[in-house]
Amino acid sequence: MDQHSDNLIEIKDLKYSRGPRVIFEGMNLVIKRGEITALMGPSGTGKTTLLRLITRQLIPQQGTIYVDGVDISTLSVAELYQLRQRFGMLFQNGALLTDLSVFENVAFPLREHTKLTNRLIRHVVLTKLHAVGLRGAADMMPAQLSGGMARRVALARAMVMDPDILIYDEPFVGLDPISMGVIVRLVRRMNDALDITSIIVSHDVEEIATVADRSFLISDGKVAASGSPSELRLAESELVRQFMHGMADGPVAFHFAAPDYAEQLLGRDVE
Amino acid sequence: MKHLIRDMYHTTLEFVRTFGAFQLFFLRLLSHTPRILVTRFDLVVKQVFNSGALSLVIIMISGLFVGGVLGLQGYSNLARFNAEDSIGFFAAFALVKELGPVITALLFAGRAGTALASEIGLMKATDQLSAMEMMAVNPVSRVLVPRFLGGVIAMPFLAAIFSMVGLFGTHLVAVELLSVDVGAFWQQMQMTVDIDDINEGIFKSIVFGVLASHIAVWEGYNAIPTAEGVGRATTRTVVITAIAVLVFDFVITAFML
Repeated sequence: MDQHSDNLIEIKDLKYSRGPRVIFEGMNLVIKRGEITALMGPSGTGKTTLLRLITRQLIPQQGTIYVDGVDISTLSVAELYQLRQRFGMLFQNGALLTDLSVFENVAFPLREHTKLTNRLIRHVVLTKLHAVGLRGAADMMPAQLSGGMARRVALARAMVMDPDILIYDEPFVGLDPISMGVIVRLVRRMNDALDITSIIVSHDVEEIATVADRSFLISDGKVAASGSPSELRLAESELVRQFMHGMADGPVAFHFAAPDYAEQLLGRDVE
Repeated sequence: MKHLIRDMYHTTLEFVRTFGAFQLFFLRLLSHTPRILVTRFDLVVKQVFNSGALSLVIIMISGLFVGGVLGLQGYSNLARFNAEDSIGFFAAFALVKELGPVITALLFAGRAGTALASEIGLMKATDQLSAMEMMAVNPVSRVLVPRFLGGVIAMPFLAAIFSMVGLFGTHLVAVELLSVDVGAFWQQMQMTVDIDDINEGIFKSIVFGVLASHIAVWEGYNAIPTAEGVGRATTRTVVITAIAVLVFDFVITAFML
């Protein structure tokens, strides 16, 4: 595969199951270099699992995942860690190291992978914290932060090594409107200014529409639809319309499979 | 009957599988050990503090009272044979060879072992270990190995302190309270306890340190990443360590007699 093709990540014929539950089957997906790609879909469709497969935290039962032309299943542990230095990942819950201060959390990758002086590390860390508006919280511990603040610190940590690929798992959850606006602009600005590739998992259709170049709607273990957010909005598919417009009725049931409501209330289901 | 045999077969198979994984995990810890000792000794020192220094209070209080009980029991039993002056060597033998290493290991499992297992389990449950992996930092070498080594290094020192404070407790009760001759107390001890006895105690405490730390780190790392899973891992750490320490104590004592 061409090392410098437009396709930064290619997923081919992916199959992944957890126990008897098939999460992906025959999944094909391409993430273009330099774009902001959104992965959307109803809860439980495996969006976070897909991120973990792309970063080889999980190994698929079948199929191939190429990152920059390299089949990641063939990498040794050392090569995998080398590749991961090109990734930055924002976890859903922030995943800050609870025994380190905010400053040390952001400095962590620099201390582990570089020989920068303390003075330089301080400059870099404060710059990144300033970008997410939390320079003043540098000395706080993670337990003292709100959920939204923790996620912003995690974002600063994810971008501290200036990665080629930034992965965001639900970056907008728990943010107040001001922080959300700043983060959305930051995601866009970083992607364009640093020429990186961003992958965002989110349910937030409105925010995704303002920031993503391309979106994939995942359902039933496959890509159900793809295109720009505006293309998805105009799509004919019932599933896409239901998801993009937040409708209760459609192919995706709001209720988990259950016995008849009235029968259950009357206790007849246990007779 | 058929079901019983099938269940026993599956249980045995699962036990063998887990035991094998436990051994491989130990080799994995050992393989990272030299590099961590050379390049990140600061992390090990921090964990020696966490597992060792923070366990000192419980170790010293327990040692003092265990020594005191030895003084009371030793005196009342030895007095039947007019041998109460031998209480010094009686207490020293008991503390240095058996009680020091064993009780220290059991207390270590309850204080430091549970802290290690729950900390690592919670790090797993809150994606901190995954985040490290994503930052290209191996959590086994960055998190587990320093904690394992911290426990291994701390245990012999804790056992030695337990024995010393225990002897002080025996001295307080036997000499100060029950008026055993102070010269006889220490002289009998010096004459009968030799370096092999002390080496046996040190050897046991090192083995127990490896066992207790390995079990705590293993249980934390393999905990189901939920509140209930971490709780279970913490409980298992204490139970398995206690059993393992007592079994190994018997085996080592049998070989060293």
